[in-house]
Amino acid sequence: MMRSLVFSALLLAVALSSSGCAIKPWLKPYERSRLADPVMNASAHPVAESYMGHVHQARESMRGAEGGAGGGCGCN
Amino acid sequence: MQLMRVLLVVLLALSSLSSNASVLPEDRLDVLYHQYEGGGMKINGPSVLVRKSFADKVAVHANYYVDEVSAASIDVLVSASPYSEERTEKSVGVDYLHGKAIYSLSYANSEENDFEANSVHFDMSQDFFGDLSTLSLGYSRGWDEVFRSGDDSFAEEADRQHFRIGFSQILSKNLRASLAHELITDEGYLNNPYRSVRYLTSPDSYSFEPERYPQTRTSEATALRLSYYLPWRAGLHGQYRVYNDSWGIDASSWQLKLIQPLGGRWTLESRYRVYEQGDADFYADLFPFQNAQNFLARDKELSEFSSTVVGVGIGFEFSKPNWETIDRAGLNLWVDRFSFDYDNYRDIRVSASPGSEPLYSFDATVTRLLFTLWY
Repeated sequence: MMRSLVFSALLLAVALSSSGCAIKPWLKPYERSRLADPVMNASAHPVAESYMGHVHQARESMRGAEGGAGGGCGCN
Repeated sequence: MQLMRVLLVVLLALSSLSSNASVLPEDRLDVLYHQYEGGGMKINGPSVLVRKSFADKVAVHANYYVDEVSAASIDVLVSASPYSEERTEKSVGVDYLHGKAIYSLSYANSEENDFEANSVHFDMSQDFFGDLSTLSLGYSRGWDEVFRSGDDSFAEEADRQHFRIGFSQILSKNLRASLAHELITDEGYLNNPYRSVRYLTSPDSYSFEPERYPQTRTSEATALRLSYYLPWRAGLHGQYRVYNDSWGIDASSWQLKLIQPLGGRWTLESRYRVYEQGDADFYADLFPFQNAQNFLARDKELSEFSSTVVGVGIGFEFSKPNWETIDRAGLNLWVDRFSFDYDNYRDIRVSASPGSEPLYSFDATVTRLLFTLWY
């Protein structure tokens, strides 16, 4: 049941993306200067972020969806 | 078969999306010194990362990371002697840019005297909808080997698999949102080979026996992240993450981070994070008798607890006109203060009747000093 729902949703996404009648992007490239500002990058320093992720993961049970490529910390 | 159909549709969806240009990660050299101190543990060392791109199509990176561990934590003090060890992690990876898609492949190796982990990671991301949306998929596979110091006959293995999917959407000139989900499955020896549980031998005394964990564990985590541009030029970043696994652990965390520039060169960062988790089905601080159940754990990371983090950071960037190959340099310092409060893990260093010892808590300070060259 769940798989057929996912399958249908993906088919719909393909149909929408290739039909040309979907919603148009609402921001032009020149309207994205604030989003490109370094202050909007919460992970600007990957080596420092990755270390902090390791600190959390080694002391908590929660794991996954950290945001980076992740995995393989070997911290158990 | 169903899975194949889903994969086929995902690949069709990705290939049907129009393409322009995505961007590879920046060329940079990072040298980080990190230190964790608290709860009887002191862990420090360097981490060095180099990234270099070629022809705006391919980027390679390598990371070398060291943990120098000096351990006298409560776990160690109640069942073993303080020890020192070193963990080194090496990883290499490559990113390939094709139109609006980036394909990433990396390999990591982590080694310590009684543990070795190898893992490979594959990720792909695709921008579409006028570059307002990004879909990403990822898969990792890991192989662990577990040994026990002083016991040459002991050798166990564990395999790990990660499946990731993420979607990021620009919602307005000031707001970006992303949703990420990751499923992880482990199979094999998932215990810590040194840790013990305690059980009552009489109303006034207890003894220890080795922990016993299930041989499999499956977990799912979902994270929602929002980044908002504040009117006075600052970035506010919120994150909410939920988690559950087949060991019966439910957890959640939320975090707010503010990135505030001060003039043209300085940046101030601050963050506040709260984490809460419930305990595993087979966790107990004190079991009623020996072999009380099939699986036994007294690892405080599997207990019910909460933690908070308050962190501040300051960064400075500079450049000189006569630097030819170097674009700019930066120096950052972050200090984070952690507080852990356990709800059913007791401090058995204190003499009291079994089960009535005070609940354990501790604070830790994490310091990161980072020097970066962009070129």
